[in-house]
Amino acid sequence: MTTLIVNGDSRTIEASPDTPLLYVLRDELGLNAAKFGCGLGQCGACTVIVDGKAVFSCVTPVMVLEGRTVTTLEGIGSRDAPGPMQRAFIAEQAAQCGYCIPGMMMRAQALLNRDPHATDESIEAELQPHLCRCGTHMRILRAIRRAAEEMRPKTVEARTAR
Amino acid sequence: MKLRFVLLALLAIGTFGGTAALLYAWESSIAPIDPRSLGALDRAVVRRGASLALLGDCATCHTAPGGPPYAGGLAMPTPFGTIYSTNITPDPETGIGRWSEQAFIRALRSGVDREGRHLYPAFPYDHFTRVSDDDTKALYAFFMSLDPVKSSAPPNELPFPLNVRLTLAGWKLLFLRRARFVADPSKDEKWNRGKYLVDGLGHCGACHSPRNLLGAEMKSAGFAGGEAEGWRAYALGRGSLSPVAWDEAALADYLARGSHPLHGTAQGPMANVVDNLSHVDPADVGAMAHYLASLGKGEGRNDAERAASGPGRFSQAAGAQAATPAIPSEPGGAIYATVCASCHDGDRPLPLGGLRLDLSTAVADATPVNLINLVVRGIPAAAGASAHPIMPGFGDVLDDRQVSDLASYLRTRFAGKQQWDGLTKAVAEARGGR
Ligand code: FES
Ligand code: FES
Repeated sequence: MTTLIVNGDSRTIEASPDTPLLYVLRDELGLNAAKFGCGLGQCGACTVIVDGKAVFSCVTPVMVLEGRTVTTLEGIGSRDAPGPMQRAFIAEQAAQCGYCIPGMMMRAQALLNRDPHATDESIEAELQPHLCRCGTHMRILRAIRRAAEEMRPKTVEARTAR
Repeated sequence: MKLRFVLLALLAIGTFGGTAALLYAWESSIAPIDPRSLGALDRAVVRRGASLALLGDCATCHTAPGGPPYAGGLAMPTPFGTIYSTNITPDPETGIGRWSEQAFIRALRSGVDREGRHLYPAFPYDHFTRVSDDDTKALYAFFMSLDPVKSSAPPNELPFPLNVRLTLAGWKLLFLRRARFVADPSKDEKWNRGKYLVDGLGHCGACHSPRNLLGAEMKSAGFAGGEAEGWRAYALGRGSLSPVAWDEAALADYLARGSHPLHGTAQGPMANVVDNLSHVDPADVGAMAHYLASLGKGEGRNDAERAASGPGRFSQAAGAQAATPAIPSEPGGAIYATVCASCHDGDRPLPLGGLRLDLSTAVADATPVNLINLVVRGIPAAAGASAHPIMPGFGDVLDDRQVSDLASYLRTRFAGKQQWDGLTKAVAEARGGR
């Protein structure tokens, strides 16, 4: 039995320890944002955040995550109260079919959490493992830039200048 | 301790003989030229120079990450401090635009820049000194044909007395043999061509040979394996620890394509090398393979035997997760079974399946460095190389202890060799350096 902290709640996992995190999230915990694309760690659709880092949940057996903290797209906002990353993707209408988008958002979120001033180059380099078959890359990049803007801690001057 | 000894030794060498040494060490400046005076360059020569620059792997060091090719500025960590590569585009102020052909030739052969300053041996002039007149001139023509880029490298970060370039004269006195390549008449043309490229422009020994305390290649241990930018450069020839003996065909294939089904994929600085070699005349790559194969075979069993033992154990469909084998109780074995086996222990073909780890040099080698790097970083997709294996990195999934448990399990199970010393430390270092 494995215990994980998922979106802030401690969860005891019933699935056998070799089960990939992706299946546990979707089938056992009903968190369906992370998607199955390739199952090989080569497309990024299944990306979630583990202890602050973006990881491919399809190639991560729960066994190696004992006691660790997992954040999925459901953990950074909801339909009624979308987080800054989600608001930015909606504002830029960055999804076409949308299949790749949760993974893109999670890796971008992890990047901006650790570096709110990420440059365009570092955003592009960071998202390199993610595939989008619809070709909405330019909108995705715009959305991430917008989210960065919103998430950046505002300096006192910037706030008073408003 | 080690560094202090080196410093003292260099200081001693640097000051050795006082004035005599100074006279010896002094190099004159070569008059600047007006780059426009070169006129039109011979296109055929420039093209040849371009190919030679690929064989010499020049762009790898002389390009900063994301920067324009050949404009320099790459930080090169050495045991002595950080050295920044220089701009070798023909910009008159910050590049080599004012260098005459003679100045360029002197730099390649004697490690002295146009103004007469000694260059650090991070620039492998101890190899380039063997390059022929014609090839050196073709390289010059190629570099002078590039678009000039204005870019100055940051100053080197070296402690005293290494920051005094005259000390390098002492280093050269000890370690630099200025001599062109001389063909061995008892060997055929292909062998000689290969040796010329491997020892000269290709400077393979710069990474694949161990270095002494003063940072010079140990000639007595040529190709016994060395270190490059946090990666192990494996031993070549008789000292090879590859589980599969390298033959000429495998070497040629690997050098030209960057990966081989029984040997894996070039990573780290070698990824740049094979990327460059994929663009040069295959006959040159073939000659290098021919010469390298003549260095002998290491402890590996031969290919046929390996191939006969079958590519994998578990049947699976491409794209599907393999059923994991029974999970062993030891932690490293459990990680292997649940994390690695679905690719490395199945019969999904390359590039989507993984290399069988009993074939992996990373597991069988003298140090765990490359294995750790591979587990932590994975193998990123190479642009345009669709047949290359890709591996996700597990550095953000596995913690240090899990990586070292895994590495020690792989070592015992697949290489059947004694455990590495200092595995835990190596894991911490590899991750810290990321
Ligand atoms: S489904 Fe995990 S990377 Fe493609
Ligand atoms: S929006 Fe369809 S795959 Fe990216």
